[in-house]
Amino acid sequence: MGKKKREVQEVNASSTADIAFLLLVFFLVTTSMSTDKGLARRLPPPVPENQEVPDNIEVNKRNVLTVLVNSRNDLLVNGEVMDVSRLKDKAKEFILNKAGDPELPELFTEDFGPGIGTQTYTKKHVISLQNDRGTQYQAYISVQNALVAAYDEVRDEFCLPKFGKKFAELDEETQKAVQKIYPQKISEAEPKDYSNN
Amino acid sequence: MAKFRKEGGRKMQAISTASLPDIVFMLLFFFMTTTSMKETTYKVNIGLPSATQLTKLEKKSLVKYVYIGSPKREFVKSFGTESRVQLDEAFANDPKEVQEYIIKERSAMKECDQGFMVVAMKVDKDTKMGIVTDVKQALRRANALKLNYTALGK
Repeated sequence: MGKKKREVQEVNASSTADIAFLLLVFFLVTTSMSTDKGLARRLPPPVPENQEVPDNIEVNKRNVLTVLVNSRNDLLVNGEVMDVSRLKDKAKEFILNKAGDPELPELFTEDFGPGIGTQTYTKKHVISLQNDRGTQYQAYISVQNALVAAYDEVRDEFCLPKFGKKFAELDEETQKAVQKIYPQKISEAEPKDYSNN
Repeated sequence: MAKFRKEGGRKMQAISTASLPDIVFMLLFFFMTTTSMKETTYKVNIGLPSATQLTKLEKKSLVKYVYIGSPKREFVKSFGTESRVQLDEAFANDPKEVQEYIIKERSAMKECDQGFMVVAMKVDKDTKMGIVTDVKQALRRANALKLNYTALGK
Protein backbone atom coordinates (compact mmCIF):
# COMPACT_ATOMS: atom_id res chain seq x y z
CA MET A 1 0.00 0.00 0.00
CA GLY A 2 1.32 3.30 -0.94
CA LYS A 3 1.28 5.63 2.01
CA LYS A 4 0.22 9.15 1.21
CA LYS A 5 2.27 11.83 2.84
CA ARG A 6 -0.05 13.72 5.13
CA GLU A 7 0.25 17.45 4.84
CA VAL A 8 -0.04 19.67 7.88
CA GLN A 9 -3.26 21.47 7.51
CA GLU A 10 -2.99 25.23 7.68
CA VAL A 11 -4.74 26.92 10.56
CA ASN A 12 -7.64 28.89 9.33
CA ALA A 13 -6.78 32.49 10.05
CA SER A 14 -9.86 34.16 8.69
CA SER A 15 -11.26 34.78 12.17
CA THR A 16 -8.29 36.71 13.51
CA ALA A 17 -9.73 39.80 11.85
CA ASP A 18 -12.93 39.35 13.82
CA ILE A 19 -11.00 38.91 17.05
CA ALA A 20 -8.99 42.02 16.37
CA PHE A 21 -12.15 43.95 15.56
CA LEU A 22 -13.65 42.88 18.86
CA LEU A 23 -10.61 44.11 20.72
CA LEU A 24 -10.66 47.36 18.78
CA VAL A 25 -14.30 47.98 19.62
CA PHE A 26 -13.62 47.20 23.27
CA PHE A 27 -10.87 49.82 23.43
CA LEU A 28 -12.93 52.37 21.56
CA VAL A 29 -15.70 52.01 24.10
CA THR A 30 -13.70 51.94 27.32
CA THR A 31 -11.19 54.68 26.61
CA SER A 32 -11.56 58.35 25.98
CA MET A 33 -9.56 60.42 23.57
CA SER A 34 -9.93 63.83 25.15
CA THR A 35 -7.35 65.07 27.56
CA ASP A 36 -8.71 67.17 30.36
CA LYS A 37 -8.04 70.85 30.41
CA GLY A 38 -8.77 73.31 33.11
CA LEU A 39 -7.99 76.45 35.01
CA ALA A 40 -4.95 75.83 37.16
CA ARG A 41 -5.14 77.56 40.53
CA ARG A 42 -3.34 77.31 43.82
CA LEU A 43 -5.02 77.30 47.21
CA PRO A 44 -3.52 79.17 50.14
CA PRO A 45 -1.90 76.90 52.75
CA PRO A 46 -4.11 75.93 55.67
CA VAL A 47 -4.21 78.27 58.64
CA PRO A 48 -3.07 76.69 61.92
CA GLU A 49 -6.04 76.44 64.23
CA ASN A 50 -4.58 78.30 67.15
CA GLN A 51 -3.24 81.15 65.12
CA GLU A 52 -4.50 84.53 66.16
CA VAL A 53 -5.90 86.54 63.38
CA PRO A 54 -4.36 89.96 63.50
CA ASP A 55 -7.22 92.31 62.90
CA ASN A 56 -5.17 95.35 62.25
CA ILE A 57 -3.63 94.31 58.97
CA GLU A 58 -3.28 97.53 57.15
CA VAL A 59 -3.88 97.30 53.52
CA ASN A 60 -4.09 100.55 51.75
CA LYS A 61 -7.49 100.77 50.13
CA ARG A 62 -6.08 101.77 46.79
CA ASN A 63 -4.10 98.51 46.61
CA VAL A 64 -7.14 96.28 46.75
CA LEU A 65 -9.59 95.37 44.03
CA THR A 66 -12.56 93.74 45.65
CA VAL A 67 -14.64 91.52 43.44
CA LEU A 68 -17.89 90.35 44.95
CA VAL A 69 -20.22 87.84 43.35
CA ASN A 70 -23.66 87.43 44.85
CA SER A 71 -26.09 84.55 44.69
CA ARG A 72 -27.69 85.97 41.57
CA ASN A 73 -24.27 85.93 39.87
CA ASP A 74 -24.09 89.74 39.79
CA LEU A 75 -20.67 91.31 40.02
CA LEU A 76 -19.61 94.17 42.23
CA VAL A 77 -16.13 95.47 41.57
CA ASN A 78 -14.91 98.08 44.03
CA GLY A 79 -18.49 99.14 44.66
CA GLU A 80 -19.41 99.27 41.02
CA VAL A 81 -21.85 96.89 39.36
CA MET A 82 -20.14 95.35 36.38
CA ASP A 83 -20.54 92.73 33.70
CA VAL A 84 -18.01 89.88 33.59
CA SER A 85 -16.95 90.91 30.08
CA ARG A 86 -15.58 94.18 31.45
CA LEU A 87 -13.79 92.65 34.42
CA LYS A 88 -10.68 91.71 32.47
CA ASP A 89 -9.97 95.25 31.30
CA LYS A 90 -10.73 96.63 34.73
CA ALA A 91 -8.30 94.16 36.31
CA LYS A 92 -5.61 94.98 33.76
CA GLU A 93 -5.96 98.68 34.40
CA PHE A 94 -5.71 97.92 38.12
CA ILE A 95 -2.64 95.68 37.85
CA LEU A 96 -0.71 98.06 35.61
CA ASN A 97 -1.76 101.53 36.80
CA LYS A 98 0.00 102.99 33.79
CA ALA A 99 -1.02 106.57 34.42
CA GLY A 100 -0.01 106.59 38.07
CA ASP A 101 -3.56 107.25 39.16
CA PRO A 102 -3.69 107.93 42.94
CA GLU A 103 -6.86 105.80 43.11
CA LEU A 104 -5.06 102.76 41.69
CA PRO A 105 -2.27 100.74 43.41
CA GLU A 106 0.97 102.39 44.47
CA LEU A 107 3.83 102.17 42.03
CA PHE A 108 7.26 100.95 43.04
CA THR A 109 10.43 101.00 40.99
CA GLU A 110 12.87 98.17 41.52
CA ASP A 111 15.80 96.58 39.79
CA PHE A 112 15.04 93.06 38.57
CA GLY A 113 18.58 92.16 37.59
CA PRO A 114 20.12 91.64 34.18
CA GLY A 115 17.84 91.07 31.23
CA ILE A 116 14.97 92.95 32.69
CA GLY A 117 16.41 95.98 34.42
CA THR A 118 14.47 98.46 36.48
CA GLN A 119 10.75 98.24 36.28
CA THR A 120 7.91 100.23 37.71
CA TYR A 121 5.22 97.98 39.02
CA THR A 122 2.38 97.76 41.49
CA LYS A 123 4.08 95.82 44.20
CA LYS A 124 1.33 95.64 46.76
CA HIS A 125 -1.74 95.13 44.68
CA VAL A 126 -4.18 92.40 45.67
CA ILE A 127 -7.33 91.21 43.98
CA SER A 128 -9.75 90.03 46.59
CA LEU A 129 -12.45 87.69 45.42
CA GLN A 130 -15.46 86.82 47.47
CA ASN A 131 -18.53 84.89 46.49
CA ASP A 132 -21.77 83.83 48.06
CA ARG A 133 -22.52 80.20 48.89
CA GLY A 134 -25.33 80.44 46.38
CA THR A 135 -23.19 81.63 43.49
CA GLN A 136 -23.36 79.47 40.41
CA TYR A 137 -20.15 77.60 39.62
CA GLN A 138 -20.06 78.85 36.03
CA ALA A 139 -20.14 82.45 37.26
CA TYR A 140 -17.26 81.74 39.63
CA ILE A 141 -15.22 80.15 36.83
CA SER A 142 -15.97 83.07 34.51
CA VAL A 143 -14.65 85.52 37.10
CA GLN A 144 -11.55 83.42 37.75
CA ASN A 145 -11.04 83.08 34.02
CA ALA A 146 -11.30 86.83 33.48
CA LEU A 147 -8.74 87.50 36.22
CA VAL A 148 -6.30 84.88 34.92
CA ALA A 149 -6.79 86.28 31.41
CA ALA A 150 -5.96 89.77 32.70
CA TYR A 151 -2.69 88.53 34.21
CA ASP A 152 -1.83 86.56 31.08
CA GLU A 153 -2.38 89.59 28.89
CA VAL A 154 -0.40 91.86 31.15
CA ARG A 155 2.50 89.41 31.04
CA ASP A 156 2.28 89.00 27.29
CA GLU A 157 2.18 92.75 26.74
CA PHE A 158 5.30 93.06 28.85
CA CYS A 159 7.15 90.18 27.19
CA LEU A 160 6.39 90.84 23.52
CA PRO A 161 8.23 94.16 23.11
CA LYS A 162 10.98 93.11 25.53
CA PHE A 163 11.82 89.59 24.35
CA GLY A 164 9.84 89.34 21.12
CA LYS A 165 8.05 86.31 22.50
CA LYS A 166 4.92 85.60 24.44
CA PHE A 167 5.17 84.69 28.10
CA ALA A 168 4.42 81.01 27.51
CA GLU A 169 7.22 80.73 24.95
CA LEU A 170 9.95 82.06 27.23
CA ASP A 171 12.40 79.84 29.04
CA GLU A 172 11.71 78.97 32.61
CA GLU A 173 14.12 81.40 34.20
CA THR A 174 12.76 84.42 32.38
CA GLN A 175 9.25 83.29 33.13
CA LYS A 176 10.06 83.27 36.81
CA ALA A 177 11.50 86.75 36.60
CA VAL A 178 8.42 88.05 34.82
CA GLN A 179 6.24 86.32 37.39
CA LYS A 180 8.05 88.31 40.03
CA ILE A 181 6.98 91.55 38.44
CA TYR A 182 3.44 90.41 37.80
CA PRO A 183 2.61 87.70 40.32
CA GLN A 184 -0.93 86.41 40.36
CA LYS A 185 -2.32 87.90 43.51
CA ILE A 186 -5.84 86.62 43.70
CA SER A 187 -6.97 86.16 47.25
CA GLU A 188 -10.16 84.29 47.94
CA ALA A 189 -12.07 85.10 51.06
CA GLU A 190 -14.36 82.60 52.72
CA PRO A 191 -17.76 82.87 51.11
CA LYS A 192 -20.55 84.51 53.02
CA ASP A 193 -23.96 83.03 53.32
CA TYR A 194 -26.48 85.80 52.90
CA SER A 195 -29.35 83.52 52.03
CA ASN A 196 -30.39 82.76 55.59
CA ASN A 197 -31.24 86.23 56.75
CA MET B 1 -8.74 30.98 -36.80
CA ALA B 2 -11.05 32.33 -34.24
CA LYS B 3 -10.16 31.93 -30.67
CA PHE B 4 -12.47 30.03 -28.48
CA ARG B 5 -13.17 30.95 -24.98
CA LYS B 6 -13.57 28.42 -22.32
CA GLU B 7 -17.05 27.94 -21.22
CA GLY B 8 -18.22 29.86 -18.21
CA GLY B 9 -15.94 32.81 -18.77
CA ARG B 10 -13.22 33.97 -16.41
CA LYS B 11 -13.94 33.84 -12.73
CA MET B 12 -13.18 36.88 -10.58
CA GLN B 13 -10.32 36.16 -8.31
CA ALA B 14 -11.17 36.44 -4.63
CA ILE B 15 -9.48 39.37 -2.90
CA SER B 16 -7.08 38.12 -0.35
CA THR B 17 -8.11 39.09 3.16
CA ALA B 18 -4.99 37.75 4.74
CA SER B 19 -3.73 41.25 5.58
CA LEU B 20 -7.00 42.39 7.11
CA PRO B 21 -6.06 41.28 10.65
CA ASP B 22 -2.82 43.21 10.35
CA ILE B 23 -4.63 46.37 9.39
CA VAL B 24 -7.09 46.00 12.22
CA PHE B 25 -4.29 45.30 14.69
CA MET B 26 -2.57 48.47 13.57
CA LEU B 27 -5.75 50.41 14.25
CA LEU B 28 -6.03 48.69 17.59
CA PHE B 29 -2.53 49.67 18.64
CA PHE B 30 -3.11 53.21 17.46
CA PHE B 31 -6.14 53.55 19.71
CA MET B 32 -4.46 51.78 22.60
CA THR B 33 -1.60 54.26 22.60
CA THR B 34 -3.46 57.48 21.93
CA THR B 35 -6.40 57.08 24.27
CA SER B 36 -6.55 56.65 27.97
CA MET B 37 -8.88 54.67 30.16
CA LYS B 38 -11.88 56.47 31.54
CA GLU B 39 -11.21 57.32 35.17
CA THR B 40 -14.58 56.28 36.53
CA THR B 41 -18.18 56.09 35.60
CA TYR B 42 -19.93 59.24 36.66
CA LYS B 43 -22.68 58.94 39.18
CA VAL B 44 -23.37 62.64 38.99
CA ASN B 45 -24.32 64.83 36.07
CA ILE B 46 -21.38 66.93 35.04
CA GLY B 47 -21.77 69.64 32.44
CA LEU B 48 -18.41 71.33 32.51
CA PRO B 49 -18.23 75.13 32.61
CA SER B 50 -16.50 76.99 29.81
CA ALA B 51 -13.35 79.09 30.09
CA THR B 52 -10.54 80.30 27.87
CA GLN B 53 -7.32 80.32 29.90
CA LEU B 54 -6.88 76.58 30.04
CA THR B 55 -3.85 74.50 30.84
CA LYS B 56 -3.51 70.83 30.04
CA LEU B 57 -3.51 68.26 32.77
CA GLU B 58 -0.32 66.49 32.06
CA LYS B 59 0.66 63.39 33.94
CA LYS B 60 -2.44 61.35 34.56
CA SER B 61 -0.85 59.44 37.40
CA LEU B 62 -0.46 62.64 39.39
CA VAL B 63 -4.07 63.68 39.03
CA LYS B 64 -6.80 62.84 41.51
CA TYR B 65 -10.36 63.61 40.65
CA VAL B 66 -13.21 65.05 42.67
CA TYR B 67 -16.62 65.17 41.03
CA ILE B 68 -19.46 67.40 42.12
CA GLY B 69 -22.91 67.54 40.60
CA SER B 70 -26.49 66.46 41.01
CA PRO B 71 -26.94 62.66 41.18
CA LYS B 72 -27.89 60.87 37.99
CA ARG B 73 -31.46 59.78 37.49
CA GLU B 74 -31.01 56.26 38.81
CA PHE B 75 -29.62 57.60 42.08
CA VAL B 76 -32.19 60.33 42.64
CA LYS B 77 -34.39 57.97 44.66
CA SER B 78 -31.72 57.23 47.24
CA PHE B 79 -29.68 60.43 47.16
CA GLY B 80 -32.09 63.17 46.11
CA THR B 81 -31.40 65.93 43.64
CA GLU B 82 -29.12 68.09 45.77
CA SER B 83 -25.52 68.40 44.51
CA ARG B 84 -23.20 65.74 45.85
CA VAL B 85 -19.54 64.87 45.89
CA GLN B 86 -18.40 61.71 44.16
CA LEU B 87 -15.04 60.21 45.06
CA ASP B 88 -13.90 57.31 42.92
CA GLU B 89 -16.96 55.13 42.53
CA ALA B 90 -18.96 56.20 45.52
CA PHE B 91 -20.82 59.20 46.84
CA ALA B 92 -19.34 61.03 49.78
CA ASN B 93 -21.78 61.71 52.58
CA ASP B 94 -20.07 64.93 53.55
CA PRO B 95 -17.72 67.25 51.65
CA LYS B 96 -15.31 66.84 54.58
CA GLU B 97 -14.65 63.25 53.52
CA VAL B 98 -12.58 64.67 50.70
CA GLN B 99 -9.80 65.40 53.17
CA GLU B 100 -9.47 61.77 54.24
CA TYR B 101 -9.78 60.55 50.68
CA ILE B 102 -7.03 62.82 49.39
CA ILE B 103 -4.68 61.95 52.25
CA LYS B 104 -5.28 58.25 51.61
CA GLU B 105 -4.77 58.61 47.87
CA ARG B 106 -1.63 60.64 48.35
CA SER B 107 -0.04 58.15 50.69
CA ALA B 108 -0.65 55.48 48.06
CA MET B 109 1.41 57.45 45.57
CA LYS B 110 5.14 57.19 45.12
CA GLU B 111 6.91 59.34 47.64
CA CYS B 112 8.73 61.39 45.03
CA ASP B 113 5.46 62.16 43.27
CA GLN B 114 3.48 63.18 46.31
CA GLY B 115 4.46 66.81 46.11
CA PHE B 116 3.28 67.06 42.53
CA MET B 117 -0.21 65.82 43.09
CA VAL B 118 -2.91 67.83 41.35
CA VAL B 119 -6.56 67.66 42.26
CA ALA B 120 -8.86 68.09 39.30
CA MET B 121 -12.29 69.38 40.20
CA LYS B 122 -14.92 68.29 37.75
CA VAL B 123 -17.89 70.33 38.77
CA ASP B 124 -21.21 70.83 37.07
CA LYS B 125 -21.67 74.41 35.96
CA ASP B 126 -24.98 74.83 37.77
CA THR B 127 -23.61 73.75 41.15
CA LYS B 128 -23.84 76.25 43.97
CA MET B 129 -20.50 77.48 45.29
CA GLY B 130 -21.30 76.40 48.87
CA ILE B 131 -20.41 72.74 48.37
CA VAL B 132 -17.45 73.65 46.16
CA THR B 133 -16.07 75.86 48.91
CA ASP B 134 -16.51 73.11 51.49
CA VAL B 135 -14.49 70.79 49.28
CA LYS B 136 -11.85 73.45 48.77
CA GLN B 137 -11.52 73.94 52.51
CA ALA B 138 -11.17 70.17 52.94
CA LEU B 139 -8.43 70.17 50.29
CA ARG B 140 -6.66 72.96 52.10
CA ARG B 141 -6.72 71.00 55.33
CA ALA B 142 -5.37 67.98 53.45
CA ASN B 143 -2.63 70.24 52.14
CA ALA B 144 -3.53 69.49 48.54
CA LEU B 145 -3.11 72.98 47.19
CA LYS B 146 -2.65 72.45 43.50
CA LEU B 147 -6.04 72.64 41.90
CA ASN B 148 -7.35 72.39 38.42
CA TYR B 149 -10.91 73.41 37.66
CA THR B 150 -11.70 71.27 34.66
CA ALA B 151 -13.43 73.29 31.97
CA LEU B 152 -14.17 73.25 28.29
CA GLY B 153 -12.49 75.59 25.87
CA LYS B 154 -14.70 78.09 24.10
